[in-house]
Amino acid sequence: MSIKLTVNGATRELDIDPDMPLLWAIRDHLQLTGTKFGCGMALCGACTVHIDGQATRSCVTPVAAAQGKQITTIEGLSTAAGRAVQGAWIGLDVPQCGYCQSGQVMSAAALLAGNPKPSDTDIDAAMAGNICRCATYVRIRSAIHQAAETLAAGTPAAR
Amino acid sequence: MYFRHIENAAPATGVATSELTRRQFLKLTTLAGSGLSLGIVLPGCGTGPGGAGSAGAASGPLAMPFLRIAPDNTVTVISKHLEAGQGVWTGLPAIVAEELDASWDQMRVESAPAKVPMYQNLAFVPLGAHAQLTGGSTAVANSWQQLREAGATARAMLVAAAARQWNVAAGEITVSDGMVAHAGAGRKATFGELAGGAAKQPVPTQVKLKDPRTFKIIGREKLPRLDARAKSTGAQQFAIDVMLPGMMTAVVMRPPRFGARVSSFDASKAKAVPGVVDVVQIPRGVAVVGRDMWSAKKGREALSVTWDESGAEKRGTAELMKQYRALARGKEAVTVVQVGDVEAALAHAAKRLEGEFEFPYLAHAPMEPLTAVCRLNPDKCEIWAGCQFQTLDQANAAAAVGLKPEQVTINTLAAGGTFGRRANPESDFISEVASIARATGGKYPVRLIWTREDDITGGRYRPLNYHRISASVGKDGKVAFRQRIVGQSILIGTPFEAILVKNGVDPTAAGGSAAEQYDLANAQVSWSQPKVGVPVLWWRSVENTHMAFSKEVMIDELAHAAGQDPVAFRLTLLGKHPRHVGALKLAAEKAGWGSPFSKEKGRGRGVAVHESFGSVVAQVAEVTVSGDKITVDRVVCAVDCGIAVTPDVIKAQMQSGIGYGLSAALYGKITLTDGHVDQTNFHQYQVLRINDMPRAIEVYIVPSTNAPSGVGEPGTPPIAPAVANAVRAATGIRLHTLPFDLAAARRA
Repeated sequence: MSIKLTVNGATRELDIDPDMPLLWAIRDHLQLTGTKFGCGMALCGACTVHIDGQATRSCVTPVAAAQGKQITTIEGLSTAAGRAVQGAWIGLDVPQCGYCQSGQVMSAAALLAGNPKPSDTDIDAAMAGNICRCATYVRIRSAIHQAAETLAAGTPAAR
Repeated sequence: MYFRHIENAAPATGVATSELTRRQFLKLTTLAGSGLSLGIVLPGCGTGPGGAGSAGAASGPLAMPFLRIAPDNTVTVISKHLEAGQGVWTGLPAIVAEELDASWDQMRVESAPAKVPMYQNLAFVPLGAHAQLTGGSTAVANSWQQLREAGATARAMLVAAAARQWNVAAGEITVSDGMVAHAGAGRKATFGELAGGAAKQPVPTQVKLKDPRTFKIIGREKLPRLDARAKSTGAQQFAIDVMLPGMMTAVVMRPPRFGARVSSFDASKAKAVPGVVDVVQIPRGVAVVGRDMWSAKKGREALSVTWDESGAEKRGTAELMKQYRALARGKEAVTVVQVGDVEAALAHAAKRLEGEFEFPYLAHAPMEPLTAVCRLNPDKCEIWAGCQFQTLDQANAAAAVGLKPEQVTINTLAAGGTFGRRANPESDFISEVASIARATGGKYPVRLIWTREDDITGGRYRPLNYHRISASVGKDGKVAFRQRIVGQSILIGTPFEAILVKNGVDPTAAGGSAAEQYDLANAQVSWSQPKVGVPVLWWRSVENTHMAFSKEVMIDELAHAAGQDPVAFRLTLLGKHPRHVGALKLAAEKAGWGSPFSKEKGRGRGVAVHESFGSVVAQVAEVTVSGDKITVDRVVCAVDCGIAVTPDVIKAQMQSGIGYGLSAALYGKITLTDGHVDQTNFHQYQVLRINDMPRAIEVYIVPSTNAPSGVGEPGTPPIAPAVANAVRAATGIRLHTLPFDLAAARRA
């Protein structure tokens, strides 16, 4: 069946099962591999993308439901919040194995877009859906605070 | 057609073709070779365009086994170790860059091919194993001298090339921050400009290494990770991201119980799923191959397999633990440590305590589920994976496809975590993908993905363990300690047994006891090995996860019983362990141990110290207990890991080890019912999330001039006992069963 997906501003038509989770369409058919598979049940957040700006678990989102919407993956993240988050992530050396970090960055960017000055409690609540087995959580908190400061200063770091 | 033959020859029943015999393994890993010269200049260097003729001024790379200096002025370190988050892609380049006097900005890193003895792990050579592997927190430690020499050798060759080119004395040339210069002649050049000429210089047989006091890069407080950018932008490639032309994706239906085998299967419904291209039997199950992950997964859901469960493990964990408790009271055990007369000391003690400890099976659950890609040709097999044990992975893949190990190319990619899971005797996921490639005749490259359910139910867990301890303090303040450990062996029955098991004792089952880590005049440690069909494996810090826990909790309870401060009490037992003392004192000082702790209800502070993988880590945990909920507010950690090569990575590893250990302390538990694993995904196998991560973790590094030792694992063992001790201080409740269950402990 023909499915039209708009990912990172480009619209592509794919001959795929409408029930296919967006994750696998993005990875296997659009070859955008920055979005990761971690659990397949919306339990770990590794597959987080933005759909119309909202952080969404692509592993449980059927492609049929994503048609006609603006899908942003880590490769296309270009908002001020996104750039600030990535700058802070690199500056504080947040990643270890790095596998979950695309999802962490997408969740953090969505958090800052809606809450420009989150507290630790806000961060814990917004990021609790993203598992990191390397437990980079302490640095994730610091990096989100740093990104918030960067945004407040109005000079998002280039990634 | 060549592959048709292979396809027809595929085993009809589950024959484990991928299992190497012990003899094969020993042969494979003890090919000592004729000696490794660090100074080998690889073929092809210095012979590039312009390489001939003008000696000393040639362009081209300087390519050596552990580094390559390119004309574009980049220095690429060839990492023989897997980067799985622990930071070797930063630590190993730091060692090279230091001796080379490179600029950090010009450093790059790439994975080495599978090749012994060149890329063997030197830590295991004294044991007689010549294998390329990442494990035991040995990466920096075993590379330390090797990479210093490699960096110094390349530096000497750059200097020699400059001396020749500028017609000056080599001794007058300086190298700093990636620039080679001669002040008198007013000449300078980059490494890239000199690389081609350097490749033509004789390789020095001896090089002078720096005085550690002059280190500029090693020990630099903030040395940016070389992989931080790629891992923050989605650009880092993992095995799951490999895309080859025509590649198909496979998932495997594995037995519902450990030890079961395929009896028969009906692929008709699976093959009817759109996108499914093949359904094939392999030694470990039945593989469904599709044009994408979705079709393969749907195909597997439609697959019908009948299993032969006659040889399967059918016990549950409750039953197993009951048997373990009985075993702990039986005579059958091997002695691990025996010092003095423990029975007499216990009988005449002033204070005596008994403790029983229970530890569950634990899954590693790395964020990247096990994944591997295979491309098979008649005389060549290529593997892409986060390979942790290249030598064995290569041999197992070769056995699975019916080729020789040297016909298998291993492409080691960054791993999305491992914690030990990716290094296993059967190379399970790599053998599987190779078996699928063989069974499908090499028609297409194939990528195998384990789903999270495959991972959680797939075994190779940290072993279930039961410890029974009697401990006492005499009137003279001396501690006696008797411990019986009951837990499966990780090594016995695997190819590693011959190398690592001595006198029937598996060091990965019962190492790191109180008898080893404290000055005890009377101690006995013994180990009983139950035979269970659940496959087990090393799990971040291996035996230290359970051994440190029971040791540090019992010592703490003894201190309490003797009316002594837990830190002061430990110090009286550490006269022969100065590094334990250093770490413990530093952690205590930074935590403010000398000042009274909060008297607020539910608040408590606890300490633990443990040595593993050559490093000593002490941690002080501050907790708040509210109802049955434990919140860890603050952890102060001190680590003695020798010379701190990359302090910020060391701090990250301590934070990581604490989080990983805390995950097991608060949540980690795999249980079985009638041989079936009860948990399938993160809703049931819960792991630590950000809301449970302590708000404050402080890490301090004990200054040291010793050679570097491990940091990937040693941060994990102390956290669970430190938290248990803090909870006891807060509530009086003794937590002896993991994961912690305060409600159950109150009832006990």
